[in-house]
Formats: sequence, C-alpha cells, structure tokens
Amino acid sequence: MATAADPIEQVKERIEMLSLEAAREEIASGAELIDVREQHEWDDAHLEGAKHVPQAELAGKIEELVPERDKRIVLYCRTDNRSARQADILEQMGYRNVAVIKGGITAWTEAGLPVVATLTPEQRTRYSRHTLLPEIGVEGQLKLLNSKVLLLGAGGLGSPTALYLAAAGVGTIGIVDDDVVDASNLQRQVIHTTDRVGVPKTASAKQTIEALNPDVKVVEYNLRLDASNILDILAGYDVIVDGADNFPTRYLLNDASVRLRKPVVSASILGFEGQISTFIPYDGPCYRCLYPTPPPPELAPSCGANGVLGVMAGVMGLLQANEVVKLVTGVGETLSGRLLLYESLSTRFTELKVRRDPECPICGENAPEIAPEDMGKFPDYELFCGAPAREPSPAA
Amino acid sequence: MATVKIPPVLRAQTGGQAEVSASGSTVGEVLAALVAEHPDTERQLFAAEGELNRYVNVYVNDEDVRVLDGLDTAVSDGDTVVILPAMAGG
Repeated sequence: MATAADPIEQVKERIEMLSLEAAREEIASGAELIDVREQHEWDDAHLEGAKHVPQAELAGKIEELVPERDKRIVLYCRTDNRSARQADILEQMGYRNVAVIKGGITAWTEAGLPVVATLTPEQRTRYSRHTLLPEIGVEGQLKLLNSKVLLLGAGGLGSPTALYLAAAGVGTIGIVDDDVVDASNLQRQVIHTTDRVGVPKTASAKQTIEALNPDVKVVEYNLRLDASNILDILAGYDVIVDGADNFPTRYLLNDASVRLRKPVVSASILGFEGQISTFIPYDGPCYRCLYPTPPPPELAPSCGANGVLGVMAGVMGLLQANEVVKLVTGVGETLSGRLLLYESLSTRFTELKVRRDPECPICGENAPEIAPEDMGKFPDYELFCGAPAREPSPAA
Repeated sequence: MATVKIPPVLRAQTGGQAEVSASGSTVGEVLAALVAEHPDTERQLFAAEGELNRYVNVYVNDEDVRVLDGLDTAVSDGDTVVILPAMAGG
C-alpha cells in the first residue's frame, strides 16, 4: 500500500506530473492552483492566480478550500518534491483529480513564464503601514511599485507631490522641468535644498528622492514640454500630475493626455488659494470642459509676479499625491467631475461640479482628432501668455 | 442677498474683498449688482455684448451656470455665487 513514507521517486510515479504547457492550460481553464511552499518563498515570487497554503497546513485546510473531491487541483513548489508529496496526501484523502507542475516554479521561471513578484523583506518593512491598510495591502503596494507617474514641474506643487509619491513607493517618477533651483523657491519647494541653488530642478529632485527611497527610479526631463515632444514623453506613464506654471503647458497637456487617454491630476495655486481636479479622458470632463478658454494676461497672474503661501502649495501638492495613489491602486473615489477649491486663510474647502462638455473641442462627442502640432493651441495663443513664466512668479 | 465669492485675481477690483454680498434673483442681476458696487469688475466678467466672458466660470452653489440657465439662472437668498477663472500657478 502506498504511504507517505515511500521514496519520492515512487510517489512521483503515481502522481500526474504536468508539463509547463499543460499546467498553463489547466490554470487558464480554472484549476485550483495551490503553492505549497513557505511564506518567504511565496513572498519572493509566485504564480498569478495561485493560493498560498504551506505544505504543513494543506491537509488541514484543503476541505475548506476545495470541498469538491473531483475538482481539478494543481499543486506546485520550488521543484516538485514537496508538491508531489502533498498531491499524494490529497489523493489519500479522496481527492481524485490532483496534479503537480513538473519542475515547479523553478522550471516555470527558467522558461521565462511570468510570475508575480512580491515585496522584498526591506519593502515589507518600509511599506508596512500601507500594507496594513486592507484597502491597499501588498497588492496595492505592488501596484504603486509598478506604477509610472509623470510630474509636470518640480515647483511648489511638484515638490511635495514628488516627495510623498517617492515615499509611497511609486516605482518610476518622471519629472519635467527646465528650470534651476532659485533661493526664492525654497520657501515652498521642499524637495530642493539651500546648497542646490543653481542646480537643475530635475537633478535636485532626483537627488532627494533617491536618498529617500531607493525603490524609486527617477527619470529627468530637463526641458520644456511642447507639441513636438509631449506625446513621446507622456506615452510611457500611467498618470500625469499637472503642476505646470503656465496656461500653454496646461492646455497642451490636456490635449495630449486626452489623445493618449492618460488621467491627469491637475492643481493650480495662487496667493492663499488652490484648485484641484482629476481629469480622466472620456470618463469624466477634461481641462477644456472646465476651462474652455484661457484668461487674458491680466487675469493670468502666473505670467507676472505674485506671492503664494508655501504651506498652501504643500496642501495642494499632497492632495494631488492622494489622487495619484487612488488612481494607481484603484481604491476610493477620485476628484473626477469635481473641482475642489481650498482657501487657506479661512481654511475652507469648496466643491464644485464639473461636467463633460458635449461640445468640447477635444473630448466632445464630435471632436475631430487634431494634428499633434495643433495641440494646446488657440487662435490667440500668443496673446495670453506666450512667454514662459519666470521667478518671482508663484510657480516655477 | 447672495454671497459672491471673488477670486484672487479680481480682488484688486473689489477693494481686496474675497466675498461680496449682492442682491438679485438671477445670476445676471447678482453680477450686475456686483458691477454697480465695483465697476472695475465689469470688463473682467463681461464681453462686449454683455455675455459672460468665456474664461470666467460662474457657479450657483456647486453647479456651473453653463449647464443651468446661464445669466438667467435663478438665485435664492443665501445662495453662493462663485466666480472662478482658471489659474495656472504651480
């Protein structure tokens, strides 16, 4: 009679050993896939769709996990010894349809098949306060680590946004800014430091981020966005964060992001007040639905000299980071369709509805696709704010 | 009376006030009362033919008057009228 003490070769002879190809088909057609390895092995990497039950616990848990004795069950381990033993045990318990992936996850990865990598021990510690939140968990943290977020501007908004997204473990942060750090930036642009005055903002931001979190890859774009480069730059990112300091860039970004269907978290600041909304192309309104036309220069103070409360900029930048986390992890409710105003002097938030404009020239029902060189344009484009804003504007 | 919220860029025209009380039963009347009190706001709010400038958004409470009845949108006592131009600072 077969017993658990039989040599492993003998056990394997009576177990159905699946080739990788057969295993993939079984998994795709709904077999119950169970990883019988230990926790640390599972944490390093496992197969997508697998459940994790360490071998010592399998016999005790299987009846709850799979009540039907004829359900197809596929087990795997590092090679196939532990899983073969467990398959043998399950068959003795009356499970009639158990198989094992021959060669286990080792053969699987050697064949170049995809696995779900999970958090390293360092990452489990670093992000533990995230993973403790059921809404985020390891799965949400992995989404953050795999996400690519592009920040327009490493200024008053972009600085706090970048710091918190980096701390949150956003895996790739692209930063577009063509400016250098100025001493007048430091009152609010908290990612830069006094000894980096004169250094390009992208390089300064990268230095701070890398010191904060080695998990983050920073991509520098020390340039000004224009119609010739924006599509290529945006294409590699999941979410765009608009902290630009001028209207031409904001409209250009809108038109390009609608074209590429990239969500944009947009905020702007002036004095003691800020605005923020999230634009999800074709799902909610776009920036042009909200603001069909940019204001003239006298109502567009980013083109001139203005003050801004640094703390208020920080509040708005962090509200943007909060939107990004929700977009990436898929939890919660974004600001799509809502414009949130923040008045820091009175500490008041006001929420306004933003609706898709069926007549919107960019995302409206009959909007024609525009040529790349026409993105961000208006008939009087040069009139309203042709020249880039420069210090001492609140932006930059 | 309605409360009109004045954006930062228009406060030079309202003597620095962030909120102004104005009476009227429609958005048009409320804004006309604002202009009567602070004449310099007119050029920022209204185009030559008396319609709202395209770059100025106006809300009654939380709803954009463009999806309501524009300047004819009814305003009740205690409503808030928000004047909101786009801002670009970052």
